[in-house]
Amino acid sequence: MRTELRFVASGGQGIILAGVILGEGAINDGKEAVQTQSYGPESRGGAARSEVIIADEEIDYPMVIAADCLVTLSQPGYDKYRTGIKPGATVIVDEDLVDVDEPPAGCTFHRLPFTKAADKLGNRIFTNIVVLGSVCAITGVVSQESLLEAVKANVPKRFLESNTQAFMEGVAIGRQALAQKG
Amino acid sequence: METSLKRAPDKAETRHKPSRPCTREDFDRVRRVLGRKVLFTQGDIAISYGALLAGCRFFAGYPITPATETAEIMSRLLPRVGGTCIQMEDEIASMGAIIGASWTGARSMTATSGPGFSLMQENIGYAAMTETPCVVVDVQRSGPSTGQPTEGAQGDIMQAKWGSHGDYELIALSPSTVQECLDLTIKAFNLADTYRVPVILLTDGIIGHMREKITLPEFEEVTITPRKQPSTSKEAYLPFADDGTQIPEMSTFGTGFRTYITGLTHTENGYPSTDNQPNHDRLIRRLCDKIRNNRDKIVEVERDYEDASRGETIGIVSYGATSRSVDYAVKALRQSGIKIDHLRIITNWPFPENEVVELAERVGRIVVPELNLGQACHSVREAVAGRCEITPLWKIGGEMHTPQEIMDAVRGNSD
Repeated sequence: MRTELRFVASGGQGIILAGVILGEGAINDGKEAVQTQSYGPESRGGAARSEVIIADEEIDYPMVIAADCLVTLSQPGYDKYRTGIKPGATVIVDEDLVDVDEPPAGCTFHRLPFTKAADKLGNRIFTNIVVLGSVCAITGVVSQESLLEAVKANVPKRFLESNTQAFMEGVAIGRQALAQKG
Repeated sequence: METSLKRAPDKAETRHKPSRPCTREDFDRVRRVLGRKVLFTQGDIAISYGALLAGCRFFAGYPITPATETAEIMSRLLPRVGGTCIQMEDEIASMGAIIGASWTGARSMTATSGPGFSLMQENIGYAAMTETPCVVVDVQRSGPSTGQPTEGAQGDIMQAKWGSHGDYELIALSPSTVQECLDLTIKAFNLADTYRVPVILLTDGIIGHMREKITLPEFEEVTITPRKQPSTSKEAYLPFADDGTQIPEMSTFGTGFRTYITGLTHTENGYPSTDNQPNHDRLIRRLCDKIRNNRDKIVEVERDYEDASRGETIGIVSYGATSRSVDYAVKALRQSGIKIDHLRIITNWPFPENEVVELAERVGRIVVPELNLGQACHSVREAVAGRCEITPLWKIGGEMHTPQEIMDAVRGNSD
């Protein structure tokens, strides 16, 4: 079983780190994971892409062929990658950053308030951790314990509490979204 | 009268000691610094970890995407294990620094990408001529020139072998997983010390920046092959004498073995001898033959072959990141009943000629996917020598081959 997740955003939104943490969470679960990234030469702005493959067995091809889950935090990212998904894929966009007229056919679509939630927590820098919480709740591809452990291992010690809070907020947003879809 | 002055520790004793690469104490210290045994990390970082575990205690480099992480980790960790890390003014100097460090007895390494690798070529030739063991990491990106800094490529395969002028041989290894980045770095140091050559770890921006699970080895699992020390008296020592193995014993600066090193053609005592044809012939042939004659010991490949008759089997030769696309494609092709023999090259130089010949005699056609416009396929074609057809499959621009592209080439659907 091979699960392919793709995160796209603008450089600086922390999406590459989100992929790294998700991969590490999968490793904590005892699974195999590969994370790859693509970004331009600039450290802020520009298109950033982070891909994670999670599987029970050794992973050969490390890139996404067709995503089981697409998460986008930028309009150009959504426009470019909305077609590269599997039938029945989960597509998640930030409700303030991505306009979607018509969700891709056959997918489970979620428009979620990641940036808003991060703002409420006091800093937009938490957006990527909120995203991880929601992806965890919606896809279940990594266990919550393992992913939270990976979050904690990858953030500065003095921000442990606020990042844990951001993650749990993301989980709550994800659960709510699932409940609404019934 | 008693004096309170204590004798200062002998610096030569406290610095890099000869042939000390990683005692158990050293190794355990590195493992403590590296932390967990199972890690989710990048190829570049795994290379640094491999170097530290292999006993590398000197790194000199200049930052360049996508190789910077290797330097970053070395700068952070080398001081914690008693080593030295220097950021030099450029890649020419970096290469010079690791050559010098090697002669003090240290296992030494630098890491760069295309543009820096080009600058290093002159000193790589110097390392080959002076038989200086060292490891050069080239995390390949798209070229020529500054090209695409953040995109991976396999465009330096030929440069790794032919980048410096004159006739020489060296060793180049291509990892295709993050774990292999660690394992092959350790191997690179062993080969460098065994054959007294620069060894190029030829990875790419894809593997270098990819994160995967790695497992750090235990002391018992790691083989360390130290360089051969002088077996003669200091007076009788000849730094470039062939002891019958074609690989001279190597002294360490500061230990009293008189050693003169030059990039000029030299005799056994190391002194220049530039107008004597037999001397030059003897030296350069030995430099090449010490690798060529040991090709079978050096070359490592991975065979994934099927038991089928020649007419129905198609071969693939791949290396580095590209092997990952091929592995996926091979599984899918076999499921649809197509017979495939996949030869993964781990040692790009010396080129595994015999292994390619063996494959060419098993298959009707060989597909050679590469992230360049035709490099290893030249060596493949030379080895195959008309025994079967060759289908090169070139791709540039930063994306790996998709498994579909490999499958199409195997099925003969691509042009």
